[in-house]
Amino acid sequence: MTKSNYNINDAGFYGEFGGAFIPEMLQKNVTELLDNYLKIMSDPEFKTELRTLLTDYAGRPSPLYYASRLSAQYQANIYLKREDLNHTGSHKINNALGQILLAERLGKKRIIAETGAGQHGVATATVCALKGLECVVYMGETDVKRQAPNVARMRMLGAKVVPVTSGNRTLKDATNEAIRDWIGHPEDTHYIIGSVVGPHPYPDLVARFQSVISEEMQEQLLSKTGRSYPDAVIACVGGGSNAAGAFYHFIDNPDVKLYGAEGAGKGIDTPETAATMAVGSSGILHGSKILLMQDKYGQITEPYSISAGLDYPGVGPLHSHLHATGRATYLSVTDEQALQAALQITRLEGIIPALESAHALAALNMIPLRKEMNVVVNLSGRGDKDMDTYTHYFGFDNEQN
Amino acid sequence: MNRIDNLFQTKKNNILSIYFTAGFPNLNDTEEILLQLQNAGVDMVEVGMPFSDPMADGVVIQDSSHQALLNGMNLDILFDQLIKIKKEIRIPIILMGYFNPVFKYGVNNFCKKCVSAGVSGVIIPDLPLEVYLDEYAALFDQHELYYIPLVTPQTPDQRIAKLGMKSKGFIYMVSTASITGSRPNLENNHDYFLRVRKILPETPLMIGFGIQDSNSFATANKYANGGIIGTAFIRTLKEASMKTDYKEILSHKIDAFIQSIRGN
Repeated sequence: MTKSNYNINDAGFYGEFGGAFIPEMLQKNVTELLDNYLKIMSDPEFKTELRTLLTDYAGRPSPLYYASRLSAQYQANIYLKREDLNHTGSHKINNALGQILLAERLGKKRIIAETGAGQHGVATATVCALKGLECVVYMGETDVKRQAPNVARMRMLGAKVVPVTSGNRTLKDATNEAIRDWIGHPEDTHYIIGSVVGPHPYPDLVARFQSVISEEMQEQLLSKTGRSYPDAVIACVGGGSNAAGAFYHFIDNPDVKLYGAEGAGKGIDTPETAATMAVGSSGILHGSKILLMQDKYGQITEPYSISAGLDYPGVGPLHSHLHATGRATYLSVTDEQALQAALQITRLEGIIPALESAHALAALNMIPLRKEMNVVVNLSGRGDKDMDTYTHYFGFDNEQN
Repeated sequence: MNRIDNLFQTKKNNILSIYFTAGFPNLNDTEEILLQLQNAGVDMVEVGMPFSDPMADGVVIQDSSHQALLNGMNLDILFDQLIKIKKEIRIPIILMGYFNPVFKYGVNNFCKKCVSAGVSGVIIPDLPLEVYLDEYAALFDQHELYYIPLVTPQTPDQRIAKLGMKSKGFIYMVSTASITGSRPNLENNHDYFLRVRKILPETPLMIGFGIQDSNSFATANKYANGGIIGTAFIRTLKEASMKTDYKEILSHKIDAFIQSIRGN
């Protein structure tokens, strides 16, 4: 079998991106994970336990829904992969369940995580409650404020939520703080990274746990369209985990167009953006070589997006590579465009999406569509956590609306 | 001869290395702090290249890096400052920082600038040995720039041996599993210090993280050739910078700090 050009190599690189740029203080933890993750993940007992939890606990498979009114609007067959219907409300549970089983088998007693929108934090707090493990979630203070319902959920689940006050007080800063915690706990702690970022093997590990998304799509598309692959897949990209999962089984199929939607904030020609592909360059952050938003001297630029989950100054090494090779196309979606797309799908389909997922929906306006095309949009999360933002922006607290 | 080798050949113990962040408290304090440290009898200085996301640092060094960047510090300015005082500097200068600014600057360009600025070695915690050997060792060798590795209490014996064999200058022995600025009881880790010494009997060893006063410095000297102090010194600089007569008292404060560590 020929190896795909888009696979990770033995040193953990996708093309020029990836690797493990970690201080000696993390070598033990990361090496332990690297030496064991594939072995554990291929163990039949592990697979059975994960499969059972994904089905009976998380509610998988998530439906693939033919959105007829949205399809009529865009003159193409639009399918929504309903990750928003998973337990905890997003795709993050796929990875959290996988990693908690991994942590258990590594003998870890304490779990740490970073979170932006709080979706990964909630998923991690949930699986820790399920397994009775101690859980500490680092969250930027800005995000603690803008995603208050998720903070309350994490605390109700028994997690300790630590507001992070460095930098812009968002996802990047929460990740720094989680890494610092991990440095101080080299024996008993597993770090459940929420996206396809971080040192090797995390990007591969998380992509594998999220790959269930495209695995299910294949079967569902076969029964609905008679073909096991779509013409295009669209997913939003912060670090890139839901997109990695939605692309995974189609990456080697050139007939499937792959689109990532980045948070452009107020626009890529303004400093208030998080569209790394549009404005970034190669660099090293959080343990791997990726595309990064940085200045001339390699200082990381503070990102901005209305969506806390996309408010990250880098994209994982897989996406950096898919971008560099032209295999996937990354689109810049502004706050405004995402908000309008959120309202559109709510009114056409009765689905309130997460702000992150709304970016993927907005991308429907930016790609060439034809009537016979089958397009899957990965609806990565539900919008409950964003109701404050929607209410404020659209004025739903006013009777006129 | 590289000044680091010269240092460890002529002095076997009580070696004091001080870390400070370039551009802190003020952009142009770098030269004065360096010269004053040398005058005060410090054996080696680690000049911190500030980074926006210092993931292995505690609050004190994080804040100093943040302030230095706000002050406008960057690698070009830092090299200019070092070149200005190059003739007056006799002790080894090491640059310490995270890899991204070096990578973005261009590693080749960085090495050249280090030579012209009189830099003897670098400590880049997130540039692991494997990547260094694969991609940059030849370049560093060509410029006689030393790559100083870290070891920690969790580093396995074989890896300690490899780090010792593949690097030059000295080994930075991180005292405990933590970020900078922690206050561990160093004696708790004496098994680890002895283990490293046993594996690397000839290699110069410096203990860092948690050295903050004459007592902890004495412990470092007991198990290694010397100690590295960062956070405690930056705290001293910060306190001095809040005084109105900062410029006048700076050199005195630095002297007093070094004396308090040396215990004389």
